[in-house]
Amino acid sequence: MNGTPRASQLRVVGCHACGLVCEDTLDGVERGGRVHCPRCGAALHRRRPGSITQAWALLVAALIFYVPANVLPVMYTSLFGRGGDSTIMSGVIGFWRGGSYAIALVIFIASVAVPCVKFLTLGLLLATSRRGSRRARRERAGLYRLIELVGYWSMLDVVVVAVVSALVKFQALSDIEPRIGILFFGLVVILTMLATMRFDPRLIWDGDGE
Amino acid sequence: MKTFSDLIVCEHCDSVYRRQPLPPGAAARCGRCGAILRRAGLDLDRWLALTLAAAIAFVIANVCPVVRISMQGIPNEATLWKSAAALAQGPIACVAVPLALSIIVVPFLQIGLLAWVLAHARAGRRAPGFAPAMRLLVLLRPWSMVEVCLLGILVAVAKLSHLLQVAPGPGLWATAGLMALVTLIANRDVQRLWDLTEPGSNPSGTEA
Ligand SMILES: [Zn+2]
Ligand SMILES: [Zn+2]
Repeated sequence: MNGTPRASQLRVVGCHACGLVCEDTLDGVERGGRVHCPRCGAALHRRRPGSITQAWALLVAALIFYVPANVLPVMYTSLFGRGGDSTIMSGVIGFWRGGSYAIALVIFIASVAVPCVKFLTLGLLLATSRRGSRRARRERAGLYRLIELVGYWSMLDVVVVAVVSALVKFQALSDIEPRIGILFFGLVVILTMLATMRFDPRLIWDGDGE
Repeated sequence: MKTFSDLIVCEHCDSVYRRQPLPPGAAARCGRCGAILRRAGLDLDRWLALTLAAAIAFVIANVCPVVRISMQGIPNEATLWKSAAALAQGPIACVAVPLALSIIVVPFLQIGLLAWVLAHARAGRRAPGFAPAMRLLVLLRPWSMVEVCLLGILVAVAKLSHLLQVAPGPGLWATAGLMALVTLIANRDVQRLWDLTEPGSNPSGTEA
Protein backbone atom coordinates (compact mmCIF):
# COMPACT_ATOMS: atom_id res chain seq x y z
CA MET A 1 0.00 0.00 0.00
CA ASN A 2 1.33 3.40 -0.94
CA GLY A 3 0.12 6.83 0.09
CA THR A 4 0.72 8.57 -3.24
CA PRO A 5 -2.63 9.78 -4.64
CA ARG A 6 -3.86 8.46 -7.97
CA ALA A 7 -5.20 10.51 -10.85
CA SER A 8 -8.80 9.37 -10.27
CA GLN A 9 -8.67 10.58 -6.63
CA LEU A 10 -7.46 14.06 -7.61
CA ARG A 11 -9.92 14.17 -10.52
CA VAL A 12 -7.16 14.68 -13.07
CA VAL A 13 -6.15 12.70 -16.15
CA GLY A 14 -2.68 12.47 -17.72
CA CYS A 15 -2.53 12.88 -21.51
CA HIS A 16 -1.29 9.62 -23.12
CA ALA A 17 0.46 11.48 -25.89
CA CYS A 18 2.22 14.43 -24.23
CA GLY A 19 1.99 13.78 -20.50
CA LEU A 20 0.15 16.99 -19.62
CA VAL A 21 -1.97 16.67 -16.47
CA CYS A 22 -5.50 17.91 -17.20
CA GLU A 23 -8.63 18.33 -15.15
CA ASP A 24 -10.84 15.24 -15.53
CA THR A 25 -13.95 16.44 -17.37
CA LEU A 26 -14.74 13.05 -18.92
CA ASP A 27 -17.82 12.43 -16.73
CA GLY A 28 -20.06 14.85 -18.61
CA VAL A 29 -19.19 13.29 -21.97
CA GLU A 30 -21.67 10.79 -23.38
CA ARG A 31 -20.46 7.55 -24.96
CA GLY A 32 -18.57 8.12 -28.17
CA GLY A 33 -17.89 11.77 -27.32
CA ARG A 34 -14.32 12.96 -26.88
CA VAL A 35 -12.34 15.40 -24.80
CA HIS A 36 -9.08 16.55 -26.32
CA CYS A 37 -5.81 17.50 -24.64
CA PRO A 38 -5.53 21.31 -24.80
CA ARG A 39 -1.79 21.09 -25.47
CA CYS A 40 -1.33 18.35 -28.11
CA GLY A 41 -4.87 17.61 -29.28
CA ALA A 42 -4.85 13.86 -28.53
CA ALA A 43 -8.05 12.35 -27.12
CA LEU A 44 -7.96 12.12 -23.32
CA HIS A 45 -9.03 8.93 -21.59
CA ARG A 46 -8.57 7.46 -18.14
CA ARG A 47 -7.77 4.00 -19.50
CA ARG A 48 -7.06 2.93 -23.06
CA PRO A 49 -10.54 2.16 -24.40
CA GLY A 50 -11.23 -1.54 -25.06
CA SER A 51 -7.78 -2.34 -23.70
CA ILE A 52 -8.33 -5.84 -22.34
CA THR A 53 -10.59 -7.17 -25.12
CA GLN A 54 -8.34 -5.91 -27.90
CA ALA A 55 -5.18 -7.14 -26.19
CA TRP A 56 -6.76 -10.61 -25.80
CA ALA A 57 -7.79 -10.69 -29.46
CA LEU A 58 -4.30 -9.70 -30.64
CA LEU A 59 -2.67 -12.19 -28.28
CA VAL A 60 -4.86 -15.08 -29.49
CA ALA A 61 -4.16 -14.18 -33.13
CA ALA A 62 -0.42 -14.13 -32.36
CA LEU A 63 -0.65 -17.54 -30.68
CA ILE A 64 -2.42 -19.02 -33.71
CA PHE A 65 0.23 -17.66 -36.12
CA TYR A 66 3.00 -18.89 -33.83
CA VAL A 67 2.26 -22.49 -34.92
CA PRO A 68 2.91 -22.04 -38.69
CA ALA A 69 5.80 -19.70 -37.81
CA ASN A 70 7.56 -22.63 -36.14
CA VAL A 71 6.36 -25.53 -38.29
CA LEU A 72 6.80 -24.02 -41.76
CA PRO A 73 10.24 -23.35 -43.24
CA VAL A 74 11.58 -19.80 -42.91
CA MET A 75 14.41 -20.17 -45.41
CA TYR A 76 15.47 -22.24 -48.40
CA THR A 77 19.21 -22.79 -48.74
CA SER A 78 20.94 -24.28 -51.74
CA LEU A 79 24.69 -24.52 -51.47
CA PHE A 80 26.78 -26.12 -54.21
CA GLY A 81 23.77 -28.00 -55.56
CA ARG A 82 22.52 -29.32 -52.23
CA GLY A 83 19.29 -27.65 -51.19
CA GLY A 84 16.93 -27.77 -48.23
CA ASP A 85 14.38 -25.88 -46.17
CA SER A 86 15.09 -24.81 -42.63
CA THR A 87 12.80 -23.81 -39.79
CA ILE A 88 13.61 -21.58 -36.85
CA MET A 89 14.40 -24.48 -34.54
CA SER A 90 16.48 -26.30 -37.15
CA GLY A 91 18.54 -23.10 -37.48
CA VAL A 92 19.16 -23.03 -33.73
CA ILE A 93 20.06 -26.74 -33.68
CA GLY A 94 22.40 -26.23 -36.65
CA PHE A 95 24.38 -23.57 -34.80
CA TRP A 96 24.44 -25.68 -31.62
CA ARG A 97 25.73 -28.80 -33.42
CA GLY A 98 28.30 -26.70 -35.25
CA GLY A 99 29.70 -25.56 -31.90
CA SER A 100 28.44 -21.93 -32.13
CA TYR A 101 26.73 -22.08 -28.75
CA ALA A 102 26.54 -18.30 -28.23
CA ILE A 103 24.77 -17.68 -31.55
CA ALA A 104 22.44 -20.64 -31.02
CA LEU A 105 21.53 -19.15 -27.66
CA VAL A 106 20.97 -15.64 -29.06
CA ILE A 107 18.60 -16.94 -31.76
CA PHE A 108 16.87 -19.22 -29.28
CA ILE A 109 16.26 -16.35 -26.85
CA ALA A 110 15.05 -13.92 -29.53
CA SER A 111 12.89 -16.36 -31.52
CA VAL A 112 11.62 -18.85 -28.94
CA ALA A 113 12.10 -17.60 -25.38
CA VAL A 114 11.01 -13.97 -25.92
CA PRO A 115 7.73 -14.81 -27.74
CA CYS A 116 6.85 -17.50 -25.18
CA VAL A 117 7.60 -15.18 -22.24
CA LYS A 118 5.43 -12.55 -23.94
CA PHE A 119 2.51 -14.96 -24.42
CA LEU A 120 2.65 -16.12 -20.79
CA THR A 121 3.18 -12.67 -19.28
CA LEU A 122 0.44 -10.98 -21.30
CA GLY A 123 -1.97 -13.82 -20.57
CA LEU A 124 -1.20 -13.51 -16.86
CA LEU A 125 -1.51 -9.70 -16.84
CA LEU A 126 -4.79 -9.77 -18.76
CA ALA A 127 -6.32 -12.46 -16.56
CA THR A 128 -5.26 -10.88 -13.24
CA SER A 129 -6.26 -7.34 -14.30
CA ARG A 130 -9.69 -8.46 -15.38
CA ARG A 131 -10.23 -10.01 -11.94
CA GLY A 132 -8.79 -6.90 -10.25
CA SER A 133 -6.25 -9.02 -8.40
CA ARG A 134 -4.28 -7.27 -5.63
CA ARG A 135 -1.43 -9.77 -5.50
CA ALA A 136 2.15 -8.85 -6.48
CA ARG A 137 1.18 -5.64 -8.24
CA ARG A 138 4.71 -4.24 -8.30
CA GLU A 139 6.05 -7.49 -9.75
CA ARG A 140 3.37 -7.54 -12.44
CA ALA A 141 4.16 -3.91 -13.30
CA GLY A 142 7.82 -4.94 -13.64
CA LEU A 143 6.85 -7.85 -15.91
CA TYR A 144 4.95 -5.47 -18.16
CA ARG A 145 7.96 -3.17 -18.45
CA LEU A 146 10.12 -6.23 -19.22
CA ILE A 147 8.01 -7.40 -22.17
CA GLU A 148 7.75 -3.83 -23.42
CA LEU A 149 11.55 -3.66 -23.38
CA VAL A 150 12.45 -7.03 -24.93
CA GLY A 151 9.42 -7.63 -27.18
CA TYR A 152 10.81 -6.31 -30.45
CA TRP A 153 14.00 -8.40 -30.30
CA SER A 154 12.03 -11.28 -31.82
CA MET A 155 12.32 -9.43 -35.12
CA LEU A 156 15.91 -10.75 -35.19
CA ASP A 157 15.19 -13.79 -37.35
CA VAL A 158 13.43 -11.68 -39.96
CA VAL A 159 16.55 -9.48 -40.26
CA VAL A 160 18.83 -12.53 -40.45
CA VAL A 161 16.79 -14.14 -43.23
CA ALA A 162 16.68 -10.83 -45.12
CA VAL A 163 20.44 -10.18 -44.94
CA VAL A 164 21.37 -13.77 -45.77
CA SER A 165 18.99 -13.89 -48.75
CA ALA A 166 20.32 -10.58 -50.03
CA LEU A 167 23.93 -11.83 -49.81
CA VAL A 168 23.80 -15.37 -51.11
CA LYS A 169 22.71 -14.88 -54.72
CA PHE A 170 25.06 -16.84 -56.96
CA GLN A 171 22.50 -18.31 -59.41
CA ALA A 172 23.15 -22.00 -59.92
CA LEU A 173 26.07 -22.09 -57.51
CA SER A 174 24.33 -21.07 -54.33
CA ASP A 175 21.11 -19.36 -53.41
CA ILE A 176 19.17 -18.52 -50.26
CA GLU A 177 15.51 -17.51 -50.38
CA PRO A 178 12.96 -16.55 -47.73
CA ARG A 179 10.06 -18.92 -47.15
CA ILE A 180 6.50 -18.49 -45.87
CA GLY A 181 7.35 -19.25 -42.21
CA ILE A 182 9.15 -15.93 -41.86
CA LEU A 183 5.96 -14.08 -42.83
CA PHE A 184 4.05 -15.78 -39.99
CA PHE A 185 6.94 -15.09 -37.66
CA GLY A 186 6.93 -11.40 -38.54
CA LEU A 187 3.16 -11.33 -37.95
CA VAL A 188 3.63 -12.91 -34.50
CA VAL A 189 6.14 -10.21 -33.53
CA ILE A 190 3.90 -7.38 -34.75
CA LEU A 191 0.74 -8.81 -33.15
CA THR A 192 2.40 -9.37 -29.76
CA MET A 193 3.85 -5.85 -29.85
CA LEU A 194 0.39 -4.44 -30.62
CA ALA A 195 -1.11 -6.55 -27.81
CA THR A 196 1.50 -5.18 -25.38
CA MET A 197 0.71 -1.63 -26.48
CA ARG A 198 -3.04 -2.13 -26.20
CA PHE A 199 -2.78 -3.43 -22.64
CA ASP A 200 -3.04 -0.53 -20.20
CA PRO A 201 -0.59 -1.15 -17.30
CA ARG A 202 -2.65 1.17 -15.07
CA LEU A 203 -5.29 -1.56 -14.93
CA ILE A 204 -2.88 -3.51 -12.70
CA TRP A 205 -3.21 -0.80 -10.05
CA ASP A 206 -6.92 -0.14 -10.16
CA GLY A 207 -8.32 -0.39 -6.65
CA ASP A 208 -4.97 0.47 -5.04
CA GLY A 209 -4.93 3.33 -2.53
CA GLU A 210 -8.63 4.01 -3.00
CA MET B 1 -10.16 23.07 -19.02
CA LYS B 2 -7.69 23.47 -16.16
CA THR B 3 -4.23 22.01 -16.61
CA PHE B 4 -1.55 21.44 -13.97
CA SER B 5 1.99 22.00 -15.19
CA ASP B 6 3.37 21.43 -11.67
CA LEU B 7 2.00 17.87 -11.55
CA ILE B 8 3.21 14.72 -13.22
CA VAL B 9 1.27 11.48 -13.67
CA CYS B 10 3.03 8.10 -13.89
CA GLU B 11 1.96 6.64 -17.23
CA HIS B 12 2.22 3.10 -15.87
CA CYS B 13 0.05 3.37 -12.75
CA ASP B 14 -1.61 6.82 -12.64
CA SER B 15 0.14 7.97 -9.43
CA VAL B 16 0.28 11.74 -9.21
CA TYR B 17 3.46 13.53 -8.11
CA ARG B 18 4.52 17.12 -7.74
CA ARG B 19 7.25 18.01 -10.23
CA GLN B 20 10.64 18.27 -8.48
CA PRO B 21 13.82 19.77 -9.93
CA LEU B 22 16.10 17.02 -11.26
CA PRO B 23 19.89 17.22 -11.07
CA PRO B 24 21.61 16.59 -14.46
CA GLY B 25 21.72 12.90 -15.39
CA ALA B 26 19.25 11.95 -12.66
CA ALA B 27 15.95 10.11 -13.11
CA ALA B 28 12.81 10.20 -10.99
CA ARG B 29 11.15 6.84 -10.31
CA CYS B 30 7.55 6.15 -9.38
CA GLY B 31 7.24 5.01 -5.78
CA ARG B 32 4.19 2.87 -6.50
CA CYS B 33 5.12 0.85 -9.59
CA GLY B 34 8.85 1.52 -10.04
CA ALA B 35 8.64 2.94 -13.59
CA ILE B 36 10.79 5.91 -14.56
CA LEU B 37 8.73 9.10 -14.29
CA ARG B 38 11.12 11.37 -16.11
CA ARG B 39 14.82 11.88 -16.75
CA ALA B 40 16.88 15.05 -16.74
CA GLY B 41 18.09 14.19 -20.28
CA LEU B 42 20.17 16.09 -22.80
CA ASP B 43 20.20 19.85 -23.26
CA LEU B 44 18.93 21.15 -26.59
CA ASP B 45 22.35 21.91 -28.12
CA ARG B 46 23.71 18.44 -27.47
CA TRP B 47 20.41 16.87 -28.47
CA LEU B 48 20.45 18.62 -31.85
CA ALA B 49 24.16 17.87 -32.40
CA LEU B 50 23.58 14.16 -31.74
CA THR B 51 20.56 14.21 -34.06
CA LEU B 52 22.69 15.61 -36.88
CA ALA B 53 25.35 12.98 -36.16
CA ALA B 54 22.61 10.35 -36.34
CA ALA B 55 21.52 11.74 -39.72
CA ILE B 56 25.06 11.29 -41.06
CA ALA B 57 25.30 7.76 -39.64
CA PHE B 58 21.91 7.00 -41.19
CA VAL B 59 23.04 8.06 -44.66
CA ILE B 60 26.25 6.01 -44.45
CA ALA B 61 24.40 2.99 -43.06
CA ASN B 62 21.95 3.10 -45.96
CA VAL B 63 24.35 3.87 -48.80
CA CYS B 64 27.32 1.66 -47.93
CA PRO B 65 27.19 -2.13 -47.88
CA VAL B 66 26.87 -3.65 -44.42
CA VAL B 67 28.35 -7.02 -45.39
CA ARG B 68 30.55 -8.19 -48.26
CA ILE B 69 30.98 -11.83 -49.22
CA SER B 70 32.78 -13.73 -51.91
CA MET B 71 32.26 -17.21 -53.20
CA GLN B 72 34.86 -18.85 -55.44
CA GLY B 73 36.07 -15.41 -56.40
CA ILE B 74 32.61 -13.95 -57.15
CA PRO B 75 31.90 -11.01 -54.84
CA ASN B 76 28.53 -9.83 -53.57
CA GLU B 77 27.45 -7.30 -50.98
CA ALA B 78 24.30 -6.33 -49.11
CA THR B 79 22.99 -2.94 -48.04
CA LEU B 80 20.04 -2.42 -45.70
CA TRP B 81 17.81 -1.61 -48.69
CA LYS B 82 18.92 -4.68 -50.57
CA SER B 83 18.22 -6.84 -47.52
CA ALA B 84 14.67 -5.54 -47.21
CA ALA B 85 14.21 -5.98 -50.96
CA ALA B 86 15.43 -9.58 -50.73
CA LEU B 87 12.34 -10.38 -48.68
CA ALA B 88 10.13 -8.70 -51.25
CA GLN B 89 10.39 -11.57 -53.75
CA GLY B 90 7.75 -14.20 -54.31
CA PRO B 91 4.42 -14.70 -52.54
CA ILE B 92 5.55 -13.43 -49.12
CA ALA B 93 6.66 -10.00 -50.33
CA CYS B 94 4.56 -8.24 -47.69
CA VAL B 95 6.97 -9.25 -44.89
CA ALA B 96 9.47 -6.83 -46.44
CA VAL B 97 7.22 -3.93 -45.44
CA PRO B 98 7.53 -4.17 -41.63
CA LEU B 99 11.25 -4.84 -41.99
CA ALA B 100 11.86 -1.82 -44.22
CA LEU B 101 9.73 0.28 -41.86
CA SER B 102 11.48 -0.76 -38.68
CA ILE B 103 15.08 -0.57 -39.87
CA ILE B 104 14.91 2.25 -42.45
CA VAL B 105 11.72 4.33 -42.58
CA VAL B 106 11.03 4.72 -38.85
CA PRO B 107 14.62 5.74 -37.90
CA PHE B 108 14.58 8.16 -40.86
CA LEU B 109 11.34 9.77 -39.67
CA GLN B 110 12.57 9.91 -36.08
CA ILE B 111 15.77 11.71 -37.07
CA GLY B 112 13.98 14.04 -39.49
CA LEU B 113 11.19 14.99 -37.08
CA LEU B 114 13.61 15.49 -34.19
CA ALA B 115 15.92 17.69 -36.25
CA TRP B 116 12.93 19.82 -37.32
CA VAL B 117 11.51 20.13 -33.82
CA LEU B 118 14.87 20.65 -32.08
CA ALA B 119 16.14 23.27 -34.51
CA HIS B 120 13.07 25.37 -33.74
CA ALA B 121 13.16 24.61 -30.02
CA ARG B 122 16.72 25.96 -29.85
CA ALA B 123 15.41 29.24 -31.19
CA GLY B 124 12.89 29.19 -28.35
CA ARG B 125 9.75 28.35 -30.28
CA ARG B 126 7.57 25.45 -31.29
CA ALA B 127 8.11 24.30 -34.87
CA PRO B 128 5.21 24.43 -37.34
CA GLY B 129 3.42 21.10 -36.97
CA PHE B 130 4.95 20.61 -33.52
CA ALA B 131 1.97 18.72 -32.03
CA PRO B 132 1.58 16.15 -34.85
CA ALA B 133 5.37 15.75 -35.04
CA MET B 134 5.56 15.02 -31.31
CA ARG B 135 2.64 12.60 -31.40
CA LEU B 136 4.22 10.79 -34.35
CA LEU B 137 7.55 10.56 -32.47
CA VAL B 138 5.81 8.92 -29.51
CA LEU B 139 3.95 6.57 -31.85
CA LEU B 140 7.06 5.58 -33.83
CA ARG B 141 9.43 4.89 -30.93
CA PRO B 142 8.49 1.23 -30.26
CA TRP B 143 8.82 0.40 -33.98
CA SER B 144 12.39 1.63 -34.35
CA MET B 145 14.61 -1.46 -34.48
CA VAL B 146 18.14 -0.38 -35.34
CA GLU B 147 19.65 -2.47 -32.52
CA VAL B 148 17.81 -5.59 -33.68
CA CYS B 149 19.02 -4.86 -37.21
CA LEU B 150 22.65 -4.68 -36.02
CA LEU B 151 22.44 -7.97 -34.10
CA GLY B 152 20.69 -9.56 -37.09
CA ILE B 153 23.52 -8.55 -39.42
CA LEU B 154 26.09 -9.97 -36.98
CA VAL B 155 24.19 -13.27 -36.75
CA ALA B 156 23.95 -13.38 -40.57
CA VAL B 157 27.73 -12.87 -40.78
CA ALA B 158 28.25 -15.70 -38.27
CA LYS B 159 25.86 -17.93 -40.20
CA LEU B 160 27.74 -17.52 -43.46
CA SER B 161 31.29 -17.24 -42.14
CA HIS B 162 31.99 -20.97 -42.16
CA LEU B 163 30.70 -21.38 -45.72
CA LEU B 164 32.06 -18.32 -47.47
CA GLN B 165 34.42 -15.42 -47.04
CA VAL B 166 32.56 -12.72 -45.17
CA ALA B 167 33.76 -9.22 -44.33
CA PRO B 168 31.95 -6.38 -42.57
CA GLY B 169 31.35 -3.29 -44.71
CA PRO B 170 31.41 0.39 -43.67
CA GLY B 171 27.62 0.33 -43.39
CA LEU B 172 27.94 -2.03 -40.43
CA TRP B 173 30.00 0.45 -38.38
CA ALA B 174 27.58 3.21 -39.32
CA THR B 175 24.66 1.03 -38.19
CA ALA B 176 26.40 0.50 -34.85
CA GLY B 177 26.87 4.26 -34.47
CA LEU B 178 23.29 4.89 -35.54
CA MET B 179 22.05 2.43 -32.94
CA ALA B 180 23.85 4.24 -30.12
CA LEU B 181 22.71 7.67 -31.35
CA VAL B 182 19.05 6.75 -31.89
CA THR B 183 18.86 5.30 -28.36
CA LEU B 184 20.23 8.59 -27.04
CA ILE B 185 18.05 10.98 -29.03
CA ALA B 186 14.73 9.21 -29.60
CA ASN B 187 13.99 7.49 -26.28
CA ARG B 188 11.00 7.88 -24.02
CA ASP B 189 12.13 11.36 -22.97
CA VAL B 190 11.01 13.10 -26.18
CA GLN B 191 7.90 14.28 -24.29
CA ARG B 192 10.26 16.61 -22.41
CA LEU B 193 10.25 18.82 -25.50
CA TRP B 194 6.70 19.88 -24.64
CA ASP B 195 7.92 21.35 -21.38
CA LEU B 196 11.12 22.76 -22.90
CA THR B 197 9.16 24.70 -25.53
CA GLU B 198 6.43 25.84 -23.15
CA PRO B 199 5.95 29.59 -23.77
CA GLY B 200 7.98 31.44 -21.17
CA SER B 201 10.28 28.51 -20.41
CA ASN B 202 14.07 28.75 -20.34
CA PRO B 203 15.17 27.93 -23.92
CA SER B 204 18.67 26.73 -22.93
CA GLY B 205 17.11 23.39 -22.09
CA THR B 206 17.97 23.22 -18.42
CA GLU B 207 14.86 22.52 -16.41
CA ALA B 208 14.10 24.56 -13.36
ZN1 LIG C 1 -1.51 15.97 -24.72
ZN1 LIG D 1 3.93 4.37 -11.43
